[in-house]
Amino acid sequence: MKIHIKNGRVIDPTNVRDEVADVYIAAGKIVGNGHAPADFHANRTIDASGLIVCPGLVDLSVRLREPGFEYKATLESEMLAAAAGGITSLACPPDTDPPLDEPGLVEMLKFRARNLPGPRVYPVGALTQKLEGRMLTEMAELAEAGCRAFTQADAPLADTLVLLRAMEYAATFGFCLWLRPQDVSLAKGGVAHDGAIAARLGLPGIPALAETVALATILQLAQETGARIHLARLSTRDGIAMVGAAKAQGLAVTCDVACTHVHLSENDLIGFDSHMHLVPPLRSLRDRDAIREALRDGTIDALCSDHTPVDEDEKQRPFGESVPGASGVELLLPLTLKWAREMGVPLMQAIDLVSRKPAQILGIPAGSLSVGSGADLCVFDEAADWVVTPRTLASQGDNTPFLNRPMQGRVRYTLIDGHIDFEAAP
Amino acid sequence: MNLQLTEDGRLRHLLTLDGLPRAIILQILDTAESFMDVGEREVKKVPLLRGKSIFNLFFEPSTRTRTTFEIAAKRLSADVVNLNIATSSQTKGEAILDTVDNLAAMHADMFIMRHAQSGAAHFIARHVAPHISVVNAGDGRHAHPTQGLLDMFTIRRYKGEFHNLTVAIVGDVLHSRVARSQIHALTTLGVPEVRVIGPKTLLPQGVEQMGVKVFHDMEAGLAGCDVVIMLRLQNERMKGARLPSAQEYFKFFGLTPEKLALAKPDAIVMHPGPMNRGVEIASEVADGPQSVILPQVTYGIAVRMAVMAMLAGTGNA
Repeated sequence: MKIHIKNGRVIDPTNVRDEVADVYIAAGKIVGNGHAPADFHANRTIDASGLIVCPGLVDLSVRLREPGFEYKATLESEMLAAAAGGITSLACPPDTDPPLDEPGLVEMLKFRARNLPGPRVYPVGALTQKLEGRMLTEMAELAEAGCRAFTQADAPLADTLVLLRAMEYAATFGFCLWLRPQDVSLAKGGVAHDGAIAARLGLPGIPALAETVALATILQLAQETGARIHLARLSTRDGIAMVGAAKAQGLAVTCDVACTHVHLSENDLIGFDSHMHLVPPLRSLRDRDAIREALRDGTIDALCSDHTPVDEDEKQRPFGESVPGASGVELLLPLTLKWAREMGVPLMQAIDLVSRKPAQILGIPAGSLSVGSGADLCVFDEAADWVVTPRTLASQGDNTPFLNRPMQGRVRYTLIDGHIDFEAAP
Repeated sequence: MNLQLTEDGRLRHLLTLDGLPRAIILQILDTAESFMDVGEREVKKVPLLRGKSIFNLFFEPSTRTRTTFEIAAKRLSADVVNLNIATSSQTKGEAILDTVDNLAAMHADMFIMRHAQSGAAHFIARHVAPHISVVNAGDGRHAHPTQGLLDMFTIRRYKGEFHNLTVAIVGDVLHSRVARSQIHALTTLGVPEVRVIGPKTLLPQGVEQMGVKVFHDMEAGLAGCDVVIMLRLQNERMKGARLPSAQEYFKFFGLTPEKLALAKPDAIVMHPGPMNRGVEIASEVADGPQSVILPQVTYGIAVRMAVMAMLAGTGNA
């Protein structure tokens, strides 16, 4: 299949390129950028006039809900939804049932995903067996089966000695650990940011300290062991400042935030909408503003959707009993664009946060439109207005805090490995 | 946006006193005043809610609140059905909606509900058909609006005005839906100084943003108060990581005659009940001349009658 994408505004953060140009694709690769290769005859021409052509999005946290939670979502539905969101590569956390703690499970997931249309799926292996926080998994075996990194996802790891050993063992092989900093004891029983709003609503709190105390431990252990650490889903101003300071001292850490937390705060909990029940909790406006600024100055390396489809029955409960999480693969791009517009950040920098930089963290050769790279692309209309409703979302999870809110920016085409895996209805 | 008011600003549900307009709070207090004599008549009934079905839906055990709602509803001639749904795993989640749907199918007009989760009453109010009203009889740590209103009724009866008062709320504010409802009502009614007094382990983070002054020293906090409201300390909180012992709590935060002497000489003492004598309050104070704890219970019936009558009058009659 040869595809000619013509007249699009090509934004390529890897090559720092932003210009109207044509892109030529053949045999799953980008074969021409600006100039057609000799004897190029396209099977399909996409007119991208007025549209933006960029590397496909790389999402560091997408729960596909397989195996074990197929009633919440299926691999088919969520891969389709991710493609509709412009995502061409995704990392899926191991908090499935059973958790991804054995090579066989990882191989099965990869096999299932490979036979379906949609993004490339990169499993993140469980750090401990059954995610129980006690015994290490066979990380090297899991890596051979295709795990790109290891994590507890949102499962607690209360034992600091296990964390130390996990870092030492991972450092032996050069594996990266993805850790969401949250002190188990300090967060226990909490469902909302411990601040003025939780005080008012009478919701049990998770203090900002739960993040910073855990972060202090992780950073100290990382320094000691030399383990590669990626900090997932930061949520507090103080936590971000700690990571910034660690980076300034030369520690090799990276971090991400969820796109929900760039726009929402504890104030959105007023009225007890269970769609605002997220992990980590939505924090204060001060924290949210710190996230927005740290994305601009580069302290935060990547934005992800933290896609978590939840069954509607599990959201239709009083706030504290509802299952936390938000569906987000189709909102990652518009929410990133919204941040960029509001902050006056150039598009190239915004796209970098959801393509090249997460690809680096994941250690995959994506996020580039160079000639010779894999033809994973996203073509989107920056100005398209739409409203988030269950009908406009492909995901099986309708659980989003942005339900019925307007969005700007919508994916028109998603190309994966040189195939058009998603094409918006005209 | 405001779930508990109709479009023309009348009471539709009673879920919280947070954001409830001052005029409506005063209307409830005035209406309650007009019901005060019903309880003293030989026939303690008025026909305002005849033919209405009121369901007491208690997902959390309660004797006192449920009983006063029941008496109030019966004095208004409503039919009352009591449902005590013990908190079990089966009553969680969608089962709550199923329960509510089933009762609505039995032509309920009003739900009086108590639930262990903050926001549960909002959740049900958002779900029910337009002709059904929801009264929050306590949701988690969030709100207990009829208790807050009966406390305001009590204060007005004894003090007349709100604008010149200093009111102290003492004890476990963190876990108290009563305290939150009191704070909102007091600030809405224009009380210039609302104090909360307690150890740091029992006061919520950011409580001062609700418009209160925070005290950790009970002597300083009680000085010059017109109204002292004591909160119940739950048994399970008396020992553990938040408090070392009930004895130490009583010594530093229990209301004794000596400590009460620091408040104004005509200060009144209130408690939402049930009391832990010798833990948050000494018997000499609870039974003493400044205590208005039993009148609070009596007023509670009139206030709950007022709320139900107003809800039944807002297009649901």
